[in-house]
Amino acid sequence: MCLGIPGEVLEVWGDEPLTRRAKVSFGGAVREVCLAGVPDARVGEFVIVHAGFALNRLNQEEAMEVHGYLARIREMGREECGEN
Amino acid sequence: MRFVDEYRDPELCAGYAGEIHRAATRGWTLMEVCGGQTHTIMRYGIGEMIAGAVELIHGPGCPVCVTPVSHIDAALEIASIPGVALCTFGDMLRVPGSRGDLNSARARGGDVRMVYSPFDAVELAAKNPDTQVVMFAVGFETTAPATAAALLSARELRNFSVLCCHVLVPPAMEAVLSMEGCGVQGFLAAGHVCTVTGWKPYSGIADRYGVPIVVAGFEPADILQAVLMCVGQLEKGTHRVENQYTRSVSPHGNPAALAMMSRVFVTEDRDWRGMGVIPRSGLNLAMEWKTFDALERFGVSLSEPFHDKGCLAGRVLTGGLSPPDCPRFGSECTPDTPLGAPMVSSEGACAAHYRYGRKQ
Repeated sequence: MCLGIPGEVLEVWGDEPLTRRAKVSFGGAVREVCLAGVPDARVGEFVIVHAGFALNRLNQEEAMEVHGYLARIREMGREECGEN
Repeated sequence: MRFVDEYRDPELCAGYAGEIHRAATRGWTLMEVCGGQTHTIMRYGIGEMIAGAVELIHGPGCPVCVTPVSHIDAALEIASIPGVALCTFGDMLRVPGSRGDLNSARARGGDVRMVYSPFDAVELAAKNPDTQVVMFAVGFETTAPATAAALLSARELRNFSVLCCHVLVPPAMEAVLSMEGCGVQGFLAAGHVCTVTGWKPYSGIADRYGVPIVVAGFEPADILQAVLMCVGQLEKGTHRVENQYTRSVSPHGNPAALAMMSRVFVTEDRDWRGMGVIPRSGLNLAMEWKTFDALERFGVSLSEPFHDKGCLAGRVLTGGLSPPDCPRFGSECTPDTPLGAPMVSSEGACAAHYRYGRKQ
């Protein structure tokens, strides 16, 4: 129920925010999803979905932060070692 | 898969594990409160990767596991009423109540259906006006917006109602921290719960209890990064909320989802299976939605809080007992014959330990 992986928005329809729906692909498995929580989601964007409701749009600018953080920590470690 | 594989890279994970061992000058005890994270931790053997530096204990993060017996019993009673179709998530079908589970109600002729979303139940009601469709709605702040949106879209339906058993994570964290002898020194907060609520609501807990809280994602590198951030705070002696899961979580969450929740729900005290009653930890329907409350519609009342006999789930959920150390783990209690809810759901700590077979 709570293993939410991001899905790609394939198709969007409905004019009212509450009835706005999308077809979302989770690695090929396509589900119909309620977009009431992210009414401005667009085709090609990635959304996190729980129980058929999109909770947000994935911030793609932040997507590689998990790599950047480790690189920065290692850099800091090297600097500290250099100072010592 | 995009935005998944990037965070499962073994080299990246090993890099984080190495930094955690380097950063920790002593052993630290952290608790995660998310069944999805528990699953990832067990599946990828994260406990072993960081053993000696950090012990991860699995908190009350599986909504199926904490749903009280009183609500399961109410669901069983409602499912036995002719003309009712009771809908719920698949994990709920095998959770034992005081007299059987929903699968057994189905075997006795009850119309119990597994749904992927509350919207499926609304659709069923719209297509079958002669059937009373009841959504047995469980889950944390992650699934509550779906229930709220489903109800808002079902205003005109007279044959749809909700057995509402949503719960909130922050009060459960406070309940764990308030327990005598609590050994939790820091928390990994649940990334998708915080996607809805934002991370701001956790600042008060970090301040009041002096614990660092790091909002974490669900993939192995996310969890390892969050552990490193938490260890960094513990080593420095700080206790603030940090956000590892920046690709999904903002300070204030999703305002549209929160607005829908506040239209439909009110908070109330709630019994947590294995933990007892936690103040203001449950969501129930607000007064103007009471006509959609299945308990009222069918005249069913909740039984008194019930404690499982022979199941030590309460100690497991609060970090006092590791599942493999339970005397019934793997013998009397298995996923096929669960004595308690944490052995039922794949997100439950006991089932995750059983499936992946590692002892932490």
